[in-house]
Amino acid sequence: MRYIARRLLHGLLLLVGVSLLSFLFADLAPGDYFSSLRTDPRVSAQTIAALRAQYSLDRPLPVRYAAWVASVLRGDFGYSLAYNSPVGPLLWARVRATLLLTGTATFLAWLIALPLGIWNATARGTWGDSVSKVVLSFLLAIPDLLLAIVFLMLAVETGYFPTGGMVSPGPERVEDVAWHLVLPVAVLVLGMLPTLVRHVRASMAEAIDSPFALSARAQGIPRRRLLFRHLLPAAANPLISLFGFSLGTLLSASLLIEVVMGWPGLGPLFLEAIMARDFALVLAVVMLSASFLVAGNLLADILLYRMDPRIRMK
Amino acid sequence: MFLGILHGLALFAGFLAPYPYAEQHREFPYSPPTPLVGARAPGVVFLLGTDAYGRDVFSRLLYGGRVSLFTGLLAAFLSLALGLALGTAAGFYGGWLDRLLMRAGELMMALPWLYLLLAVRAFLPLHITTVQAFFLLIAIIGGVGWVRPARLIRGVVLSARERGFVLAARGFGASDAYLIRRHILPLTLGVVLTQATVLIPQYILAEVALSFLGLGVAEPVPSWGNMLAEAQQYHSLVAHGWMLAPGFAIIPVLLAYLLLADTLLEKGDRRIIAPAGPAR
Repeated sequence: MRYIARRLLHGLLLLVGVSLLSFLFADLAPGDYFSSLRTDPRVSAQTIAALRAQYSLDRPLPVRYAAWVASVLRGDFGYSLAYNSPVGPLLWARVRATLLLTGTATFLAWLIALPLGIWNATARGTWGDSVSKVVLSFLLAIPDLLLAIVFLMLAVETGYFPTGGMVSPGPERVEDVAWHLVLPVAVLVLGMLPTLVRHVRASMAEAIDSPFALSARAQGIPRRRLLFRHLLPAAANPLISLFGFSLGTLLSASLLIEVVMGWPGLGPLFLEAIMARDFALVLAVVMLSASFLVAGNLLADILLYRMDPRIRMK
Repeated sequence: MFLGILHGLALFAGFLAPYPYAEQHREFPYSPPTPLVGARAPGVVFLLGTDAYGRDVFSRLLYGGRVSLFTGLLAAFLSLALGLALGTAAGFYGGWLDRLLMRAGELMMALPWLYLLLAVRAFLPLHITTVQAFFLLIAIIGGVGWVRPARLIRGVVLSARERGFVLAARGFGASDAYLIRRHILPLTLGVVLTQATVLIPQYILAEVALSFLGLGVAEPVPSWGNMLAEAQQYHSLVAHGWMLAPGFAIIPVLLAYLLLADTLLEKGDRRIIAPAGPAR
């Protein structure tokens, strides 16, 4: 229990550090949201200065940081200048969309990778294993970007799938969203599969080759039970870390694909915010994704602690 | 398997050599800037067709490859150099330096990678010359990714530090620098090589992504990333399929590096400490 509390504290400290770092860094950026106004001759310098003062962009760094922390603790994530709305609701809709996309993709990827990896590990050396090795290696070498563009091309050509966005005009229906989900999820899953399967296969293979597996088999434990009740838990250690990492990247993994395929998620929002130098929005997005990463790793640590007695013995 | 290595090298050499067609890889004498001029693939003049401005895709592919591949290579070199320096320092000296560096590393790893790259790039002046952009990209991509190599190298150094021959050399009065140079660094070679084969493809993809989003190398200098961005604009891509050439060109490069990585792992299993963990 103390272990968990310690890890939690560690995570929180990490987040504080991240917030400081991002704040500092965003501040180093030359210019802010109103910089582009300077090139407009109709806007006077005083107006710009007044605008800056109004949004407190001209106060010193520690003051702004303290104010930001205070407002975050109250639940208010600041005000987006580019979108002219408070950051919270702006984020929420996009985060939902992204999580829908990456959540489905991660779920499917693990669903496919686990059995495939286990099967490969048990059937090493057979043609099935070799075929899947080759296919997966090839898949690994295909950049996500290319896959996304090609799929988009297919969508345009065949008209089977929508060419972007999350919903068609009209009332929001589940089947409609699902239909729009197919292509982006396919791209994501294909991108995630090779690494996942590799790792599953590697750890399962290690467990299968270990002495205790041999002795268990020699004692007559049937193969299937051996596989699932003895080997899988033994192999689970690195897989749980990997799973935590997968969860952690739920928010950030799909940026490129969202941008290319027009999925209204966090990615495009982040890109626009950065281009517009929208300080509050950028900060909020970065903090949110970092929190997910930290939370994912934390979850992995906790799960490992509960499931692997070897860690508890330390 | 050495084919993989040779393949990789051949790709580099191809870009280093001046391409026969173009001292100027841009305007082509007989291609006025007409939109959508395209020659069928094995065309007389245009090996891979032309793009909207009549520029030869094949030459741009080669020049773009030079940019993309070398950015990846140099950035990986930077990351590894930084990681080696910091990891060795942390592992060898231990104490507060070690703790400081590892904490800093953790902090950097807590930030999502692509987001960090984008933010760093976009928060620097957006309009800079190509040469500056090239080096800036290398600096950013390389500077952000030193953490994992540093950690692994630190591990190696920590265990190497206590080895018999190191302690013996110390007993004979060897200085720190001598120990590091002569005994510890050679042991890190394995990790460095395997990390290189993992990092380089990752960084190539990073450059492509940044250029694709408009934050990398700028027009008219080609990079596989911004060529793909151009390709995206064609609504009927099927009619202009050759525009996707840069994307398809990345595949053999990545494959070559994969083969290289596998070969290294197989060959050096006895000596190399193979890093375990998520590939990203």
